[in-house]
Amino acid sequence: MTVSEPLIRVESLVKHYGGRRSLMDRLAGRPAISIRALNGVSFTVARGETLGLIGESGCGKSTLGRAVLRLHEPTAGRVTFDGADVTALSPAELKAMRRDMQIIFQDPYASLNPRRTVAEIVGLPLKLHNLAKSGREARDKVAAIMERVGLKAAHLDRYPHQFSGGQRQRIGIARALISNPRFIVCDEPVSALDVSIQAQIIKLLIELKRELGLTYLFVSHDISVIGYLSDRVAVMYLGEIVEMGPVERVLQSPRHPYTQSLLSAVPDVDSPGLRKRVKLTGDLPSPQAPPPGCKFHTRCPLAVERCRTDVPVVRTVGEGHTAACHFAEELVQG
Amino acid sequence: MSGTMGNLLEVRGLRTVFDTRAGEVRAVDGVDLDVRPGECLGVVGESGSGKSVTFASVMGLVRSPGRIEEGTIRFEGRDLRALSPKELRRIRGRHIAMTMQDALTALNPALTIGEQILEVLYAHDETLPSVGRARTEAARKKAVEMLTLVGIPSADDRLRYYPHEFSGGMRQRIMIAIALACRPKLLIADEPTTALDVTIQAQVLELIADIRTRLGMSVVLITHDLGVVSEYCDRVMVLYAGQVVEEGPTAAVIGDPRHPYTKGLLRSIPRLSLRGQPIEPIEGQVPDLIGLPPQCRFYSRCNERIDACLQPIAMREIGAARRARCIRLEEETRP
Amino acid sequence: MSAVSDPATASPAASLFRRNLATFAENRLAVASAAILLGFVVMAVFAPWIAPQDPNETDLFRRLQPPAWMPGGEWAYLLGCDALGRDIFSRIIYGARISIFIGTVVVAVATVIGILAGLAAGYLRGWVDTLISRLIDILLGFPYLIFAIGLMAMMGPGLVNIILALVYKEWVIPARVVRGETLAVRELEYVEAARALGASRFHIMIREIMPNVLSAVLVVATIRMADVIILEASLSFLGLGVQPPTASWGSMVADGRAFILEAWWVSTFPGLAILTLVLVINVASQGLRDAFDPRFHE
Repeated sequence: MTVSEPLIRVESLVKHYGGRRSLMDRLAGRPAISIRALNGVSFTVARGETLGLIGESGCGKSTLGRAVLRLHEPTAGRVTFDGADVTALSPAELKAMRRDMQIIFQDPYASLNPRRTVAEIVGLPLKLHNLAKSGREARDKVAAIMERVGLKAAHLDRYPHQFSGGQRQRIGIARALISNPRFIVCDEPVSALDVSIQAQIIKLLIELKRELGLTYLFVSHDISVIGYLSDRVAVMYLGEIVEMGPVERVLQSPRHPYTQSLLSAVPDVDSPGLRKRVKLTGDLPSPQAPPPGCKFHTRCPLAVERCRTDVPVVRTVGEGHTAACHFAEELVQG
Repeated sequence: MSGTMGNLLEVRGLRTVFDTRAGEVRAVDGVDLDVRPGECLGVVGESGSGKSVTFASVMGLVRSPGRIEEGTIRFEGRDLRALSPKELRRIRGRHIAMTMQDALTALNPALTIGEQILEVLYAHDETLPSVGRARTEAARKKAVEMLTLVGIPSADDRLRYYPHEFSGGMRQRIMIAIALACRPKLLIADEPTTALDVTIQAQVLELIADIRTRLGMSVVLITHDLGVVSEYCDRVMVLYAGQVVEEGPTAAVIGDPRHPYTKGLLRSIPRLSLRGQPIEPIEGQVPDLIGLPPQCRFYSRCNERIDACLQPIAMREIGAARRARCIRLEEETRP
Repeated sequence: MSAVSDPATASPAASLFRRNLATFAENRLAVASAAILLGFVVMAVFAPWIAPQDPNETDLFRRLQPPAWMPGGEWAYLLGCDALGRDIFSRIIYGARISIFIGTVVVAVATVIGILAGLAAGYLRGWVDTLISRLIDILLGFPYLIFAIGLMAMMGPGLVNIILALVYKEWVIPARVVRGETLAVRELEYVEAARALGASRFHIMIREIMPNVLSAVLVVATIRMADVIILEASLSFLGLGVQPPTASWGSMVADGRAFILEAWWVSTFPGLAILTLVLVINVASQGLRDAFDPRFHE
């Protein structure tokens, strides 16, 4: 490896849910039902980079973010953080590692405990990791981070319900940042917010990243947001990354038909009605029984017989640009 | 405001308030709006802008602690506020239909979708035979027709299914089918795609656009997404803190926004093409709608404000078809 | 997104607790009930100062003496006397001590056990949940009163035993409530956030989840108090409760059974006391539930 060893390296990560049967199920002879949320996902995130993770609901993007942090225990595969194997850490080591890897959640309401004051919520990491020598010091640190994310330090003793959605999201950001982490999973942090508030939070996240040298895994279903703030982007479909590469390349000349249809579906203020729409028919197949061959073939406008049986291998279609489609080389869109 | 002749829906001076413990919330404060036959009007606003309450008022669906304080709501020239609840119910469902953002809670989980469509048809469709087997047959046929129209495959079979047996996109389609069952003249779609994925969103919006042209009805699309508006709506109305702040043909408003709020909203949308450029959000947040001072509502967040904005601001005409609620319209204040 | 719900969430300041308390204060019936309940508690605590007579002093000259307003009654013995000539009014005042004491202790002990068991089952899941949930199912399979009678028969009567007999099954009810609430709360993002920050399971259960299930379980506890009081009265009525001569409303009702026709007051007044206490507890706790349980808010 060269000097630029990536901060995060994910190799063949698999997460299956369910599968474990209760005693009653076993007595009744019910088979185990498992949902394959992640099916061998591999990627890296370089230091200081933002990797955008995009996909529709149920594609496994939120699970991926959580599996990387071991909030959901991966079924198989490996995650390394700065060279250390996260998947092999003991509970005590994992707890220490949590200082460095944090998460910002989607729902500004559900992500803050309604019975705790802001000082308690934001100060929790200090307490858990003994990062403040005294209560005074903890309060000062909380006040400082509050001001940094654009909240008044005077509001330290308020409860979450006394803040608006955008302010609550800032509280969640302050909580994630107070232990000086290096890597943050942003799980749809602006999806629940109004347009004008969304822009405020995006601006804040970009500033913080630059100031603190953070690395982001930015999960979103919003292509405009991903396009605006990511360096590279990974497109997920049914638990797999179908296309990945530098954001300009993937969003301007997508090579996977799923990415193409996703992009063409987004209404655009700049050029309404100009794009040729790649129409997708039907809904996402059930992750309990994913289709054989290429998983996208049931909705793909270009599917041929081969797609129903052969799983496409990931191929390189350009500088750092990969796609998992039998026709990736030919699919150059105008 | 252009001539009042020929508007399908015409609302003037609508004021809807909610009485809360903390005081009177002016959720809708003096809204004027027109919907012309066959057009698609986009209504844009953030939480608390009053966009949903405005149309809940039109539909007569505002309940305590909310009440319509004043204003007229005319549909095909008839004042809806003067109608009896029974007459209003006849218009609602038969001539004006509304779909909700969350199809799962808007559909009755205990009834099959067939029962839910038939219920609407029996209640409102006067073209059905009056009694007997013929009536049932005709209604059933119509229900299948509507489900097919909204793109539900093997509709005949699906009539027996319950709402939870469908995906989110399918449920939104079913709700549209129910809304369209009696071929209304006006469809009010409240955030029809907010809960849906982009590919499904595109399908649903295309469907609404397609049915609009086929049935020649008018559509009001309530949304927070300016992209959706620019792609699907003829005209757009921007609401802020209970008031209309800008209104006009979509292309004109989006291409050349005149109210500072509309400008800010457009600047707030992140785009691939803006990579590397700093995003310029509207700072601050929507004001508390209780006890608002009689001044421009956007004053506290506006980057073009002057002292003269500290008075009530009326809508001003910009040419024939556009209006905006800003005192500095005449000046060329483009940043 | 919907603007209709905004006015409710927009109202600033005032802590959740104070807002709830204000809601409760608006419910006149509940406030009146709470006041009467407070009266009962005061009566129980200050019984020796309030009671006009010694509750256990027998006076055969006053055997079955009618209430004061009836012929043969006297005002010093307001509600008349029982078969042993003891003052019924004073015995009711002392009986309130037993009812309220047992009700409070049983519910308090059961609630503490129930919270711990429910939290463990709901958050830890796995075999802990299986064990606790099966135990709950088994205990729920027995009719409450029969279960308590059986236990009392085995352990013998007495104050401690009656509390134990009731707690054995009573904990199941808060445990079920807490388990259900915990299952819902554990999936919320703030619990996940605490895990992401490195919090221990104990911290998450006690500091993050418990405060959020507490209001639901406290509401249940007040409602259960009424049931426990009835159960205690039933056991005492059957002679399995507190032993004579200690005054207990249940045993007082039982005492009067033999004379119900000639001396109705012996059973009726303690019966009315049970009715009133249970009624005010129920009404007050309904008011509490309406005010404090978020599910009854919009």
